[in-house]
Amino acid sequence: MDDLRIKYIDAIAAAADEAALEELRLQAVGKKGEVSLKMRELGKMTPEERQVAGPALNALKNEINSALAAKKVALADAALDARLATEWLDVTLPARNRRVGTIHPISQVTEEVTAIFADMGFSVAEGPQIETDWYNFDALNIPGHHPARAEMDTFYTHRAEGDERPPHVLRTHTSPVQIRSMEKTGAPIRIICPGRVYRADYDQTHTPMFHQVEGLALGRDISMANLKWVLEEFFSAFFGTEVKTRFRASHFPFTEPSAEVDIQCSWEGGTVKVGEGDDWLEVLGSGMVHPKVLEAGGIDPNEYQGFAFGIGIDRLAMLKYGIPDLRAFFDSDLRWLRHYGFASLDQPTLHGGLNR
Amino acid sequence: MKFTLSWLKDHLETDASVDEIVEALTDLGLEVEDVSNPAERLAGFTLGKVVHAEKHPDADKLRVCKVATDEGELQIICGAPNAREGITVVVCKPGMYIPGLDITISVGKIRGVESYGMMASERELELSDEHDGIIELPSGEVGDRFVDWLAANSPSKVDTMIEIAITPNRPDALGVRGIALDLAARGLGKMKPAKTATIEGTFESPISVTIDDDTKTDGCEVFAGRLIKGVKNGPSPQWLQDRLKAIGLRPISALVDITNFFTFDRNRPLHVFDADKVNGNLRVHRTQGGETLMGLDEKEYTFAPGMVVISDDEGVESIGGIMGGLPTGCTEETTNVFLEAAVWDHIQIAYTGRGLKINTDARYRNERGIDPAYNMQAMEDATQMILDLCGGEASNIVTAGEVPDVSRAYKLDTDRVQSLVGMKIPAETQRATLEALGFTIEGDMAHVPSWRPDVRGSADLVEEVARIASLTKLEGKPMPRATAGLPEQILSPMQKREQIARRTTAALGYNECVTYSFIDKAAAELFGGGSDATMLENPISSEMSHMRPSLLPGLLQAAARNQARGFMDMALFECGAVFHGGEPGEQENLLTGILVGRTVGKDIHGESRGVDIYDAKADMEAVMEALGAPAKLTYNRGVNGWWHPGRSAKVGLGPKKILGAFGEIHPKVLDALNVKGPVVAFAIHIADIPLPRKKSASKGAVTMSDLQAVERDFAFVVDGDVEALTLVNAAAGADKALIENVRVFDEFIGGALGEGKKSLAITVRLQPTDKTLKEADIEAVAAKIVEKVTKATGGTLRG
Repeated sequence: MDDLRIKYIDAIAAAADEAALEELRLQAVGKKGEVSLKMRELGKMTPEERQVAGPALNALKNEINSALAAKKVALADAALDARLATEWLDVTLPARNRRVGTIHPISQVTEEVTAIFADMGFSVAEGPQIETDWYNFDALNIPGHHPARAEMDTFYTHRAEGDERPPHVLRTHTSPVQIRSMEKTGAPIRIICPGRVYRADYDQTHTPMFHQVEGLALGRDISMANLKWVLEEFFSAFFGTEVKTRFRASHFPFTEPSAEVDIQCSWEGGTVKVGEGDDWLEVLGSGMVHPKVLEAGGIDPNEYQGFAFGIGIDRLAMLKYGIPDLRAFFDSDLRWLRHYGFASLDQPTLHGGLNR
Repeated sequence: MKFTLSWLKDHLETDASVDEIVEALTDLGLEVEDVSNPAERLAGFTLGKVVHAEKHPDADKLRVCKVATDEGELQIICGAPNAREGITVVVCKPGMYIPGLDITISVGKIRGVESYGMMASERELELSDEHDGIIELPSGEVGDRFVDWLAANSPSKVDTMIEIAITPNRPDALGVRGIALDLAARGLGKMKPAKTATIEGTFESPISVTIDDDTKTDGCEVFAGRLIKGVKNGPSPQWLQDRLKAIGLRPISALVDITNFFTFDRNRPLHVFDADKVNGNLRVHRTQGGETLMGLDEKEYTFAPGMVVISDDEGVESIGGIMGGLPTGCTEETTNVFLEAAVWDHIQIAYTGRGLKINTDARYRNERGIDPAYNMQAMEDATQMILDLCGGEASNIVTAGEVPDVSRAYKLDTDRVQSLVGMKIPAETQRATLEALGFTIEGDMAHVPSWRPDVRGSADLVEEVARIASLTKLEGKPMPRATAGLPEQILSPMQKREQIARRTTAALGYNECVTYSFIDKAAAELFGGGSDATMLENPISSEMSHMRPSLLPGLLQAAARNQARGFMDMALFECGAVFHGGEPGEQENLLTGILVGRTVGKDIHGESRGVDIYDAKADMEAVMEALGAPAKLTYNRGVNGWWHPGRSAKVGLGPKKILGAFGEIHPKVLDALNVKGPVVAFAIHIADIPLPRKKSASKGAVTMSDLQAVERDFAFVVDGDVEALTLVNAAAGADKALIENVRVFDEFIGGALGEGKKSLAITVRLQPTDKTLKEADIEAVAAKIVEKVTKATGGTLRG
């Protein structure tokens, strides 16, 4: 029986392919195989003989079956290895092209600003871009003869012959949304109003359309000191570093007192860095809402007070992301869109951080 | 507004440095825009004395001078005719920069003789155009700094010029005295008392003045004048010329320069008529329209009805408060002058000035507001100056109208600074601040000075106090949340939806653009716009004349620009407002995407192909789905003319409720916008997608049957114009419970099918819910599908 074992174990090990292996299986443990024939002989044996030969034959049969199975796997592995060795691809060929979209810096920065002010309880208000001169000027304490009207480079809409109404304007600032929001919800109120604004000016640093975000907070005891805190919180969160502000007296018809706000910065090699250094950069206008403006919005100035501010979104984007030319924002040059754009899923949140 | 340091010091006694003054001005709200200090560029020059001079051995016109300087005796070769022994000169030593020559002096040899510097002329130091010889000083010691000598002997030459921006509320700061007052209130010095003159007239003015009744209330409040006879006009004295030149004005003649001086010194525009050219008396009135006048700027102006002017018997002679007329203007020959000081209605000035498009220093001031209470005193002060500089004899003063009473008072609530601004300032300091600015305090009422038209209420008093105290002292104070706990959702559903639309479209591979809201008329017309209602009255260019009716023209023009730069394949989108009319609110936020060129660039994997409407459709459906649009959308033809008529559709909920459109852009439109096509696009009316009706966030239970689903394929031969959706809907209707979905997977046109026929192949997925399907069940459904489809389409099952 040992001969039989050696014969088949050796033969299995030497088998060259699956066909040879199958041949060996039939020879050894097939219906008419040598081991099977031997097992048939068991019936003719004495019980004593059977007790010895039976288990031995079973063990032999199991051993041969295991060897066959192992060899089968080994052969399949070898065959697969051989096939894979031929399946070579140039991994340096380019990947399949996939279009990658981007979000415009204006949208991204608007969402960043929104995320910060949302946390301070400001909601987002909107208003029409074609405005009546009342909402854009009169309600904001800029009467018809006020020099500020002329200084704003206002776009007016056409009036048909015989239409004696004053022409509408393309809003020169987002401030009319203040009035519309006051009318709608009254005080207390905390809103920001981001959006497009228009002024008839076009040169190196001006485009006839740009973006502003207006802020308005009215309550019973909101002061300019609160404004300073809110703006410092905003700038620090927005630029990702502590930013100091400096308030300077100024004048806007719709606020009183009014202040220009500078942020701390440094100039190195012609580039500005916010939040460090000894220089100051003028970035926004602000103040305490003028009593006449509150009245225009239907709010009693003896009961409520608060602040308003306006800041350029494009300007914020330029400062934060190092974008040199305002005019390029609106040119839709693919190279610019790809360079300055943001990933579609990179939605700004406070918990995820606003700086990358 | 420009002024010089020495001019400021006429009104302000101060030791403050230029830097301190500049910083204070900006902080006070008088933002400094420019400072130019001539002393800086002259800082290194010192005085020297020529101790010996002799002719250059090799040049007739050159002299070899020995000059005593603070660094010992230097040999300097000089070509100036006045270079001679004994004179005191300004020495430029080697290494120094000469501003007027734009060179740096070095040691050199001139015709073989060494020269160790230069002696400067006035032009070389940019002090004047004088270049006939070197500077010869009448005084000064060797080694003195030249700037110190100038400061002592000719201060205007080293006067620092400061330019500030004036906000519309501060006309008082359009005069140097007003600026000084702000600085004094801040504590940077003490006001010097204003010089006031009183001139008794010695004769009756032969010219009288009147104001028409209809012009008194809102045209001209008061008009005062007097004749000064026997004056001698000519160049004004050097100090006055220097002042005017330092702030960029051209000296003209003493009489004119005096009016300009008062304009800038006291924010007090005045006018002088040559009395000999005035015919009869002066009358202030409104124009009928059509009158003309040659202005002092030598341009002819034609008046519209209702403008306020000054006329004599001949006609209009001056545009009141804005500009005088050339015919009655003063010249060098003027001997009798009529001086005018008037208070004009500032709205009237703005109206007339804007109408005639005249911008003068007088208009600028009269429009913003002058001090009406100073009117009569200004008359006296200016008379004094004319008498001083030009001689002559003054008449009595003739007056029409009355000086308006602008006195008013507001309650000073000293707690208001704390509650409104958040600064703690003692009440006493607040009162002192206001008094320093010219307010008078009576009890708790603050009376406003006549030169501050901007102060119109208690809040203005707070502003003044805080401004003078300096807002830089303001400390931030945390603003508590409006409500306790976490902030609420602050975006409206529509705002949230726009954000999702943007980011989904970007995720589909589109680059977001922001294009101008105004486009040219031709482009607007291509997209159903360009009406007069959406036209700008004063566009910045004809390229930006109309509000856009659609986002497509902006995106297509952007595509054309990119194609011109060599980028042929692109996916662009914009999310923003379009304008259906010219009224507020006639705007709508859309999201529009365009696909141009090929799906991807040239591609080794063979996947590059031209974009088609199914790309646009897929992207549109993806965005619609992200926005929560119902899954079952309708597709109708007959979209607007800028789409390809056969390759576009309105998408909606039925033919009336339109949510968007997609398709190919009409080739004619592409041609007109110079875009190489084809271009496919989609547009979504973001706000028109219905909001979900249910309030709950629950999505409900999902149904996932354990039973085996079965798919069966069918192919039908139908007429070429049968739409796939008809076929799909018919098939799906065969057994709504059992049929989970129907998908078209093949379209075959023509060939053996014959002209005008096509084959559409569908896969129907059957999902049983209660028991496993048996072959007989499937056969039954299949038969029903065939029946329904053939009935709906007139087609046949393909054998």
